[in-house]
Amino acid sequence: MAATGTKKQKQEMEPEGTRHRPSARTSLRQRQPSGKTQRRTMTGARTVGQEDTHGTQRGGLLNMNEEQLARGLGWFSIGLGLAEILAPRAIAKISGGRGAHTGLIRLFGLREIASGIGIFAQGRRPAAAVWSRVAGDALDLATLAVTFASPDSRKGRVAFATANVLAVTALDVLCAQQLGSQHHTTEGGTAQVKKSIIINRAPAELYAFWRELGNLPRIMNHLESVNETDATRSHWVAKAPAGTTVEWDAEITEEREGEFIAWRSIEGSEVDNYGSVSFERATGGRGTIVNVEMEYTPPGGVLGATVAKLFGEEPGQQAQEALRCFKQVMELGEVVVSEGTVWDNGLLTQRPAQPPTSGELGHSRGAGAK
Amino acid sequence: MKANCWYGKKDVRVEEVPDPKILNRRDAIVKITSTAICGSDLHLYNGFMPTMEKGDILGHEFMGEIVEVGPDVKKRKVGDRVVVSFPISCGNCFFCQQEMFTLCENSNPNAWMAEKMFGHSPCGIFGYSHLTGGYAGGQAEYARVPFADVGTLKVPAGLTDEQVLFLSDIFPTGYMGAEMCDIKPGDTVAVWGCGPVGQFAIASARLLGAERVIGIDRYPDRLRMAREGAKADEVINFEEADTYEALMEMTGGRGPDSCIDAVGMEAFGGHGIVYAYDRVKQALMAETDRPIALREAIMACRNGGNVSVIGVYGGFIDKFPMGSFMNRSLTMKTGQCHVQRYMQPLLERVEKGEIDPSFVITHRLPLEEASHGYDIFSEKEDNCIKIVLKPGH
Repeated sequence: MAATGTKKQKQEMEPEGTRHRPSARTSLRQRQPSGKTQRRTMTGARTVGQEDTHGTQRGGLLNMNEEQLARGLGWFSIGLGLAEILAPRAIAKISGGRGAHTGLIRLFGLREIASGIGIFAQGRRPAAAVWSRVAGDALDLATLAVTFASPDSRKGRVAFATANVLAVTALDVLCAQQLGSQHHTTEGGTAQVKKSIIINRAPAELYAFWRELGNLPRIMNHLESVNETDATRSHWVAKAPAGTTVEWDAEITEEREGEFIAWRSIEGSEVDNYGSVSFERATGGRGTIVNVEMEYTPPGGVLGATVAKLFGEEPGQQAQEALRCFKQVMELGEVVVSEGTVWDNGLLTQRPAQPPTSGELGHSRGAGAK
Repeated sequence: MKANCWYGKKDVRVEEVPDPKILNRRDAIVKITSTAICGSDLHLYNGFMPTMEKGDILGHEFMGEIVEVGPDVKKRKVGDRVVVSFPISCGNCFFCQQEMFTLCENSNPNAWMAEKMFGHSPCGIFGYSHLTGGYAGGQAEYARVPFADVGTLKVPAGLTDEQVLFLSDIFPTGYMGAEMCDIKPGDTVAVWGCGPVGQFAIASARLLGAERVIGIDRYPDRLRMAREGAKADEVINFEEADTYEALMEMTGGRGPDSCIDAVGMEAFGGHGIVYAYDRVKQALMAETDRPIALREAIMACRNGGNVSVIGVYGGFIDKFPMGSFMNRSLTMKTGQCHVQRYMQPLLERVEKGEIDPSFVITHRLPLEEASHGYDIFSEKEDNCIKIVLKPGH
C-alpha cells in the first residue's frame, strides 16, 4: 500500500512531457537512440513513469477498462454492502432465505464495504482489493449453497442469486487478473518494460559484465547465446518452443563507459526490439542502482506467435527475473536455485519441492549441478 | 530417501523420493538425525497456505551430519554435526551484511510471488511453500542446505540433539521476541501464547533480566509448562480471567513494560489477500480469537512500552488500535527471526547450562509416523506441544 502511494505521488509531482515514448512499431524503428531514459529535472529529481500519466501514450485502452471496471466493482461493493447492513431482511428475501440470518448478512455487508473502500484506497492498480472481492464471492457462494440445502429456502430465488453472484465472480476474477498483469502493451502491440534493482557492487563492475554481451544468457534464461560480431554488432539466439530458436542481429546504439548501454535490433530483423541498461551509484556505498528498459514489437504470423510466447506473456516478470539473476551472479557468482523451481523460457515455473531426479538436473542453472 | 511430503489438507505422507543433490556451489547435504514439526507447519497441513505443490517436502527445524559439500563451502566439511537455521540466507547481500538474515535478497527464487503479496520479498525458507522459495524441507532423511557456511551451526558432541535442535528456529525466535523488548531491570514482560515459541519467549525474557514474566494462554498444560519449564512467574488463563483486567491488577494499573505477541494470525509468510481477507472475516464473525492477541497486547502495554510481534502474520489485519498505539508512545518491533545472528550466543547459553531447550518436547516419533504427529499436534491431542521426529531409526 505504501509503495503504491509513493509511486502515485511521484507521478503527480512530475512535470509533463519530460519524456516521449513511441507507442507504435514504426516510431520504434525510427527512434533516435537518445539514452535519455532517465533525465533529471532542474532540481535534480528523477523523473520516472511519465508515460503512465498519459492514457494514449501507454496505449492503455485495456488498462483504462480494467481500472474503470475496478472502480465500478468498488462502487458496487459499497452499494451492496450498505443494502446488506441497512436492509438485511430484504436481501435475505431476494436471495431466497427466510431472513433468519440478518446478523450474518450485516457482516457480509461490512465485508463488501471493506472491499469497496480497499479498491479505492489502493489507487491506480487495486488488484489486491479486487482479489478480496473474489474471496468474498466465494463466501457468498458457500452461504448460498448452505441456504439452497436448507429445507425452508426458496430454491428458485437462491438459484437466481447464485447465478448473479457467479456472474459477478467471473467479472471480479477477470478484473483482478488483468490488474495483476504488470506490463503495458500498446495499441501497436509493442510491449514496454521497465525494471530496477540495487546490487551490492560498483557500477563499473556491473557495466563490464553487461557490456560483455555474451554474458547475458547467464542472466536471461530465454537466451541461448549472444555473440558479438564486431565492436557494436551482435547476433542473438533465443530459445523457442519445441527446441527451435529465434535469431536476430542487434547493434549497440549508445554506450557510456560505466554508466549506460542501449541496443536495438537492426533494421529488418524478424524480432524488432530495443533495450537499455543504466548503472548509477547508490547512496551511502550501497552499490549500484540498475535500470533496464526493454521494448519489442512482435512480427505477424506463426513466427509472431512464437516470439510473443518468448517475450510477450510476462515480459515484466521476465525482465525482473533477469535482473534478479544479474544480482545473484554479481553478488554470489551464480544463480540460486531451489528444488521447486524450474526455468522455462526465462520464467520460473514450479514443480514439487523434492530433489530432482538425475534426468531433471539439466533444467537447473546451478553451477554446482554441472 | 524417505521424506514427509505434503499432498493437501490434512494429507501428509512419508514417501520415497530422490536423494538431494548439490545444486549450487555453496550447498551442503545433511544427513538428518533430528527434525521437528513447527506450529507454522500446521498452516500447511490445514491447507491454508497457497503456493503449495503436491509432493512438497515439509520441515524447517532440523539438524544432522554433513555428508557432502559443494566446491565453494569454506567453513564446513564432511562429518561436521550441525544445526540448520530455517532462514536461507546468502551472507553477501545488503541485509545479510547487517545480520538481518530473513531479509536476504538473494535466497528466494520465487521472490516475485512474495513481492506481489508483500511489496518486497523475505528470504527463502526450507519446506515452506513456493512463496518462500520452493525449497525441499527437512522432515526427511537428507536435505540440501544452500549457503551452508552461513546457515549451519557446528555443535559440540557433548550436547544431545534435543538440547540444540531448537536453535534452528523456535529458541532464537522466542529470544528475539524478548530482545526486542529492550528489557531493563525491574521490567514486567507479558507473553501472549504459550506454544513452543511463547515458551522460549518467556524463558528468554528471564535470561535477559526481566523481573516478572507473565504467560497468557488457555490450555492448562501449556500454562503449566510456562510456569515449570519456562519459569514464568505468573500465568493467565484467558478463558477464566479477563487478560487486560488481570494484567492491570498485577501491575497496579500501569500495564506490563513490554508485551510479546507469540500468537500471530496462524499464518506464516504470505497467504495472500484472499487468505488474509478470510481472516478478517473470521474476526468479524468472532470465529477465532487469534487476531485479538495483538490488539490486546497493544491496549494492555504500559505507556511508552514495547510491543514485540513474533507471532506470524500473513496479510492484513482489521481494526488496528492506532489511536492507542500513537497517543501512548508505544514502540512495535517485529520480524521473522534472524536465526543465524542468535545461534552461536544461544548455543553458549545452552553449553553453560543456563537453559535446556528440550523442556518443550512432549512427543518423540519415528519420521514414518509424521502423519500421526501432525494429526495430534493439529488437534492438540494428548497434550501435544512439541514433536521431534527421528529419521532412519
